[in-house]
Amino acid sequence: MRPCAVDAMTPYLEMQFANPSGAHRMARASRAAIDDAREIAASAVGFDPHGIVFTSGGTEADNLAVRGVAAAIGTTALCPATEHHAVLHPVEAVGGRTVCVHADGQIDLDHLRAQLGPDAGPAVGLVSVMLVNNESGVIADLDAVADVVHADAPGALLHTDAVQGVNWTDVPEAARSADLLSLSAHKFGGPKGVGLLALRPGVSVAAQVLGGGQEAERRSGTHNTAGIVALGAALAELSANRTADIKRIGALRDRLADGLTTAIKGCVETVPRTQRAAGICQLLISGIETEALLVLLDRYDVMASAAASCASGAMEPSHVLAAMGVERTAASGSLRLSLGWCTQAWEIDRAIEAIPPCVEQLR
Amino acid sequence: MSRVLVAMSGGVDSSVAAALCQRDGHEVVGVTLKLWGGPQDQGCCAVSDVDDARRVCQQLGIDHFVFNYAAEFERDVVEPYVDAHRRGVTPNPCIACNRHVKFDVLLDRTRRLGFERLVTGHHVRVVDRDGRRRLRRGADDAKDQSYVLYMLSSADLAGLWFPVGDYRKDELRMLAAELGLRTADKPDSQDVCFITAASGRSRFLAERMELHPADLVDTAGKRVGTAPAVELVTVGQRKGLDLGGAPGRRYAIDVDVVERRVTVGTAGELTAEGVALVDHRWAEAPYTGAVEAQASAHGQALPARLDAAGQLHWATLQRRVAAGQAVVFYADDEVVGGATAARQPA
Repeated sequence: MRPCAVDAMTPYLEMQFANPSGAHRMARASRAAIDDAREIAASAVGFDPHGIVFTSGGTEADNLAVRGVAAAIGTTALCPATEHHAVLHPVEAVGGRTVCVHADGQIDLDHLRAQLGPDAGPAVGLVSVMLVNNESGVIADLDAVADVVHADAPGALLHTDAVQGVNWTDVPEAARSADLLSLSAHKFGGPKGVGLLALRPGVSVAAQVLGGGQEAERRSGTHNTAGIVALGAALAELSANRTADIKRIGALRDRLADGLTTAIKGCVETVPRTQRAAGICQLLISGIETEALLVLLDRYDVMASAAASCASGAMEPSHVLAAMGVERTAASGSLRLSLGWCTQAWEIDRAIEAIPPCVEQLR
Repeated sequence: MSRVLVAMSGGVDSSVAAALCQRDGHEVVGVTLKLWGGPQDQGCCAVSDVDDARRVCQQLGIDHFVFNYAAEFERDVVEPYVDAHRRGVTPNPCIACNRHVKFDVLLDRTRRLGFERLVTGHHVRVVDRDGRRRLRRGADDAKDQSYVLYMLSSADLAGLWFPVGDYRKDELRMLAAELGLRTADKPDSQDVCFITAASGRSRFLAERMELHPADLVDTAGKRVGTAPAVELVTVGQRKGLDLGGAPGRRYAIDVDVVERRVTVGTAGELTAEGVALVDHRWAEAPYTGAVEAQASAHGQALPARLDAAGQLHWATLQRRVAAGQAVVFYADDEVVGGATAARQPA
């Protein structure tokens, strides 16, 4: 975690433990801290503070967006086949449909138009497109998506899962066309277990967690005060440093990708770097299975991942690469190396040194 | 000391196998295989079993990984299982899983990852006969699993280790309890791991293939009844055959899926002099002469003779063996080979 986030949350784990929904002095202090975080968050993503709904993380925020809009206006939803499961599964649950992507990971706008049409099925009230794909790092053009949605399904809303995107794009600009936006604190140096859904004025969602009516009746449950405060602190620091971080991390990522594609035969990047976020290096390595590679890398303190993990902890074949048309055998050799705000050059050099011999051992 | 990879199902046997390797001073890493993505109520790869395996590794202080072999399992175990029924053959999916998943792709990966040996919790022992390794029955007769591992070659066995084969099951449970492992009292798995008790084999197969009603005929060819699905009838089966209340016990003695016809007969007509065998695996050179032969996982090994063509002749008449079943040959309690039963028309 970012030290500023740890420092910010610690008092709320120790002495300032009052429930912010209370009326007394200590409660009001907690409430003030949450309201501060709400304003920081709203400003960081370019939304109104009234539209910020704190949740337990990105998955809950995505569920609230997809299921909450479907329940509020009685429509279904669409998303690209490359979305995170936190969007894919709720879209499936509301009877929604997926949209194809091109080989470069960008949404197929012609297919989107077709899926929005009256012949495609039940009316669509929400289209969800993630700002930056968590596996491939592909940055979406939300303005282009919004143009199609507004033209072909007037009144339908655009949601973006910006859980990855917040680190690597100027969110207020990149997500200006989005009506709803999800974040998760642990992706930018905050704690796990806290996130938010941001809503534009006039956008309403039906609560999916019922109870005491917190968050303006949109998400019940006693506030995770410490987590929310830490989210605010981390997000503020991220926003202040982002431009410099993107430059520094992008250079490290390039060094990593260049180093590995040079040292390992049959190793390529999945999509061109120009279309990809700075912190994600995704490679396809021929002749190996990443599942085995990860066991070796672990011994050299290189902690990488392949695609998603299922409930058992097993690696699942990447649905993102499958949707991009990468065939299964090639996809089983996919390696995702993520860089973050605290990644250092020596770590990159260590990875460049450790990975090629591990690949060689498996071939 | 060596580096070993322990295949851990989440059961007590493989838990203790890992503990025994560790006790002997080896560097131990645990792995659980995710094999089946569909519904199940027990078996090798339910999430709760993975949880148990991981927890045992945490208790022992060793690393634990999960390998996803669901695609291989579907291709090499489930699809052949369904296809065997389509052909009127009675498959043994545990043997297919051992042959194609555990002791093929997993063993290969074990070597590539630099482990000296793959360890499993199977109840078998390995003996050295002049530099060649042979599989021997486990010390606990009731738990012996040499039948489902007969396909392992001497070269395979060199890369394997079965530390629980020297113990009785009650000793293993006691060891697990002494170590405080959460799997100490866990019941043994029994049936096919990818078929739930709730919906059963017939529903599983009905979702994956077309089932056809069968005529039941006697050995003279006379129609005597019907069965709901020819593909679900196994040689030796008595239940589920509608013989219209005819007196006397009748058994399926031949299954012909092409003609959709099941021949039924008396207990006497169910017997055969021997077993026609294909797809032999030998521990060393092809074996001829007296053996004990076992035709099911927990069946009794019975005296028999292997002829020069590898065909089996029982010492006394025995029940017919369903096509597709493995028949494993033992000399004393060592596996000298095994093969698959072919169809023997009545």
